[in-house]
Amino acid sequence: MLSVEQVHFHYDSDTPQVVPHAVLQGVDLEVKKGSFVALLGHNGCGKSTLAKHFNALLLPSGGRVLVDGLDTAAAENTYPVRRMVGMVLQNPDNQLVSTIVEEDVAFGPENLGLPPETIRERVDEALRAVDMWEYRDHSPHKLSGGQKQRIAIAGVLAMHPDCIVLDEPTAMLDPRGRREVLDTVCRLNREQGMTVVLITHYMEEAAMADRVVVMDEGKVLTDGTPQVVFANGDLLRSVGLDVPQPTALCAALRARGVDLPSDILTPEECAAALLERMKK
Amino acid sequence: MLNDITLGQYFPGNSLLHRLDPRMKLTLTMLFIVLVFIPRNWISLCGAVVLLAVTVALSRLPIKLLWRSVKPILLIVAFTAVLQIFYVTGGTVLVQLGPVKITTQGLNNAAFIAVRIACLVMGSSLLTYTTTPTALTDAIEYMLAPLKVLRVNAHEIAMMMTIALRFIPTLVEETGKIMSAQKARGADMESGGLIQRVKALVPIIIPLFVSSFRRAYDLAMAMECRCYQGGEGRTRMKKLCSAPRDWIALAVYLLVLAVLIALNVRFGSVLN
Repeated sequence: MLSVEQVHFHYDSDTPQVVPHAVLQGVDLEVKKGSFVALLGHNGCGKSTLAKHFNALLLPSGGRVLVDGLDTAAAENTYPVRRMVGMVLQNPDNQLVSTIVEEDVAFGPENLGLPPETIRERVDEALRAVDMWEYRDHSPHKLSGGQKQRIAIAGVLAMHPDCIVLDEPTAMLDPRGRREVLDTVCRLNREQGMTVVLITHYMEEAAMADRVVVMDEGKVLTDGTPQVVFANGDLLRSVGLDVPQPTALCAALRARGVDLPSDILTPEECAAALLERMKK
Repeated sequence: MLNDITLGQYFPGNSLLHRLDPRMKLTLTMLFIVLVFIPRNWISLCGAVVLLAVTVALSRLPIKLLWRSVKPILLIVAFTAVLQIFYVTGGTVLVQLGPVKITTQGLNNAAFIAVRIACLVMGSSLLTYTTTPTALTDAIEYMLAPLKVLRVNAHEIAMMMTIALRFIPTLVEETGKIMSAQKARGADMESGGLIQRVKALVPIIIPLFVSSFRRAYDLAMAMECRCYQGGEGRTRMKKLCSAPRDWIALAVYLLVLAVLIALNVRFGSVLN
């Protein structure tokens, strides 16, 4: 689906004397159709920059990005790529265009030049998919952050993308809003087979994915299932990240000689493993 | 203080006026403004008032709401009326204080103009009460479309209006936050003379400006992500469609226009 091959990127500098800072330094990544990939990394590691390469917002300075076989660098591919790869940004307030929810969701399909009846169908379908259909004639500024972010997801869904890239969609939300957005994203991935790339700061969110990619200094540091990646707590901590709390708890107990598995990610798994251990 | 700003003043309803095509409502409002300025005598003005009364009745809006729209401009109405009383001469002199005269003609003109302005405001507020901002924007986009020959891009104007409407509440909210933040840092906004107060606004306006540029940048990126390429090749989910009732309304207004002109000719002018 998404294929990143040896991508380098640096912003053009205004003064020739200054060597431009390389944001991406040879990233290789392959995202398969229907997978749920979490992209982790501390601030400035290049994960947002990488995300902007997925839908041709930025073009690589070296290497190439292919979306379903289309090279993002070719001008004629820009809009097909943007239709295929939908993007949800961090601030829910700054990505809604219209004063009415359903008209905002219609914005994307309208840009694609679809006939009105098709747009209507897609808008209704997208709003139902994010569970916001009852709010279709509300005005976005009266909704909560989580609801606004779900509207933004609906706006992307209405374009019938093959993949959704979410750039820290929960960073500005309260815990309840985060829950709503993540549930929606997980449901889209599991029930509709939507390819999801989730960029996040929260280890608990990354644990929900079926693959975690950790970035540091413009490169991919580790890549694997959450169980494998989070088992290596020291490496993560060395680049300013952490492991989910249940994983950390189990690791601490293991260090004290309690026999617990190393692939614990969620509180539920942790509780079950502890219970199992105590029964012995 | 910033919480009572309402976005537009749309009053939800399903009256005949609500259901009229926004393009026709816009046309009728402009026609009504002309209608209010045509009468030269009281009988003719009565015609315009009756038309307004019928339109108001059809809108099923509470009278209180319309009163609210007229209230803020009462001062202007009063001021204009007073000016008329003092400046217009002619007719019988009622009161004379040195050079200042109050004449019957002056009173007549003052009353006439007061009624005229009140009608004007009520008539045009009917448009915003019965039309959503979005419908209004769509109507403006449609009606400006012929200006393409003059290189006016109606779609861009409408898009700017939509975005402005969308961001007004967001920016109002943000202004409140910045004000609190500056107050927490000891900014004094409530005391001092006019100049001092204006100066006190600077630390609010600058952060607001900076943050709106950041928002603009984000929004532009979000719009690009959603394949926005300007008005070219874009379709709309909601199409404006006119029904027979729109044309009947237009016919009624045009008929009233003709009648008012006829009344003008028949009864002459009472204005000086």
